[in-house]
Amino acid sequence: MEVKDIKIKSMKTEDFKDNEYLEKYIEELQKEGLNIVTEKLDDLINWGRSNSVWPFTFATSCCGIEFMCVAAARHDFARFGWEVTRNSPRQADVIFVSGTITYKMAPVLKRLYDQMAEPKYVIAVGGCSISGGPFKESYHVVNGVDKIIPVDVYVPGCPPRPEAMLYGMMQLQRKIKLENFFKLPKRPNISNGKTEEGGTK
Amino acid sequence: MEKIQEYIHKLAPKAQFEEGGKYTTAIVEANDLRKVAAGLKEKGFDYLMCLTGMDNQDSFGVIYHISSSKEKKEVIVLKTNTTNREEPTIPTVSDIWEIANYYEREAYDFYGIIFVGHPDMRRLFLREDWVGYPFRKDFVADESINPIPTKVPEPDDYETVPSYTINKDGKLERKVKSLFENKDCIVNIGPQHPSTHGVLHLRTKLEGEIIKKIDPQFGYIHRGIEKMCESMTYPQMLYLTERLDYLCGTMNRHALCMCVEKAAGIEVPARAQYIRTIFDELTRIASHLIGWACMCNDMGSITAFIYGMRDREKIMDIYEETAGGRLMVNYYVVGGVAQDIHPNFVNRVKEFIPYMRKMLKEYHILFTGNPIAAGRMKDSGFLTKEQAVALGVTGPSGRASGWSCDVRKIEPYAAYDKVKFDEITYNEMMSKGGNDYGRDNVLLGGTFARYMVRLVEIEESLRIIEQLIDNIPEGDFRAKVPAIIKLPAGEYYQRVENARGDFSVYIKSTGDKNPYRVKFRSPCLSLVTALDPMCRDQKIADLIMISGSLDYVIPCIDR
Repeated sequence: MEVKDIKIKSMKTEDFKDNEYLEKYIEELQKEGLNIVTEKLDDLINWGRSNSVWPFTFATSCCGIEFMCVAAARHDFARFGWEVTRNSPRQADVIFVSGTITYKMAPVLKRLYDQMAEPKYVIAVGGCSISGGPFKESYHVVNGVDKIIPVDVYVPGCPPRPEAMLYGMMQLQRKIKLENFFKLPKRPNISNGKTEEGGTK
Repeated sequence: MEKIQEYIHKLAPKAQFEEGGKYTTAIVEANDLRKVAAGLKEKGFDYLMCLTGMDNQDSFGVIYHISSSKEKKEVIVLKTNTTNREEPTIPTVSDIWEIANYYEREAYDFYGIIFVGHPDMRRLFLREDWVGYPFRKDFVADESINPIPTKVPEPDDYETVPSYTINKDGKLERKVKSLFENKDCIVNIGPQHPSTHGVLHLRTKLEGEIIKKIDPQFGYIHRGIEKMCESMTYPQMLYLTERLDYLCGTMNRHALCMCVEKAAGIEVPARAQYIRTIFDELTRIASHLIGWACMCNDMGSITAFIYGMRDREKIMDIYEETAGGRLMVNYYVVGGVAQDIHPNFVNRVKEFIPYMRKMLKEYHILFTGNPIAAGRMKDSGFLTKEQAVALGVTGPSGRASGWSCDVRKIEPYAAYDKVKFDEITYNEMMSKGGNDYGRDNVLLGGTFARYMVRLVEIEESLRIIEQLIDNIPEGDFRAKVPAIIKLPAGEYYQRVENARGDFSVYIKSTGDKNPYRVKFRSPCLSLVTALDPMCRDQKIADLIMISGSLDYVIPCIDR
């Protein structure tokens, strides 16, 4: 099955990698059948949602500087409608976990994530938040934020280039565009690496 | 030097002296430590650079690197140890050098060394419920003992302050008091706050909107870099130094490279020295630009943020062409640099210098000359020279208080002895451009002074680069290094001036390919501890601006 063309400005579907993941997701959504009215409504709502994703100002270390670069003049994520970085988790749609998460920080991050309003998304930026990265051997580093919170998009790099972050953002936009807004999947509850409810990761 | 040895000998007849090191090294017994420390302080050794805990397998040791604010080149190393592994105790020096308050807490956190008489023996980085002391050689990291915590600590956990004294029977006595009273109004700033420049947690006691006390909490980004280094080879360690303080990555890496090179007796070719100096200065400019941009952003000027980041991208381009990296340049290696400079490098840098000069003028028009900005910066965040020395506040912040502490001048390294440049202390800054904004506005040790020192330092860095860029000598860019680098047994210490101050590396080697102990002296810890004296009786709204003017980077503190 082909991915229905999810429109992202100036990028074709073939330009993206990881299309299988989205194909699977579409299959899962179509299993339950489609309602023509809500689908059209979905498209409209998701068009709005995916172009006004507000990130949360959260950075613990190096990747935070590259996040600032993405926000600043040259790379400028305002082009994607992401420009309003929010300082309160209550007003944010997406959290960029940019930087290492340590044992002391883990409960804080979890709390911040819980404070965000649904629908919410998580992008793990950089090696540290994906797997512990260069600090994997350390006694005080959480080896991957997906041990604490569910992650939507992983952006590898140490730190990732701003372009990589933009790519990650577009991937999230594509995911949002596919979603069934009136039947949003429940976010899994994760603690200490174990998923408690069946999620749709 | 001999005079000092005699002097120490007089204070503590049992003191022994180690030969062969870079600095005068004295080993004193724990009982004599306070006597010697107080004596040295009296002699003018008022700057405690670095305090390192050490696990010698059979004993615990503490190493003090002490320098003087007047005789800047003098450094004395004091060592002491205790053989009691169950309950290691060492007398405190926190009343002699103020910064030892925090350094000793760090040693307690890592090694469990109890400093008798210290008023505040909390852990510095790890949580109070952490089991064990991670830097001890017999510590085993086990997730079943220390699982990922799921709850944030209660306020009591932050505030219960133990202190230890030795009673008449010679036993250790623990006393507990509370840092704040119940009626106090405490505002938590951080750990997640857009303007704390990282995950810093400030517990701030307020009366109305006036700050009465700040208790900084560290460790939210404690990654155990020093401990990890103990199981790594020297070239592997290099990659972690850049991630300490990512804004001056190349300079941190420079420190470790030099430390290893000097210890292993590797001669670095002149070409590499020049390239390194140019890269260091480019990094300094990039770092100051971010410092300036973020400080202005914290004060509400988003235009300035965009300007600063835009011009920083020019430096990132230069990096990228030569080294391939942006933020993490990964360019220096032991013995030189990883690859030769790009053919475009010289031209690019030459284009950048006039561009940056032009932009600096624009910054002054945009922000420095703004009466609102000047009005806010004028009367806040004062730090006297004495306070700066006692707390070890080096770098631009220390120099804005009038303390000339530039390591590039004190212990010139790389190509810094071949170029002409001025150390930008407060007076120098006033004669070089600070005066344009009025004698009444830019006051000694204030926020405006720190702000101006940084901008004038950018000009000075441009001057250094200008002198070097046309004269990069031909030759190898990298010396021949053995495939496995082993340092001869001994202790090595290397200082560099990074964009925030005196960054040093301490390595103890046993002759193996791994170090026995590595310590990084972070300039940022002093900057954060200086917040408390600076912000007392100031408005809470100014706290953000003052911390912006200090320009600290938290991962450098937590390591």
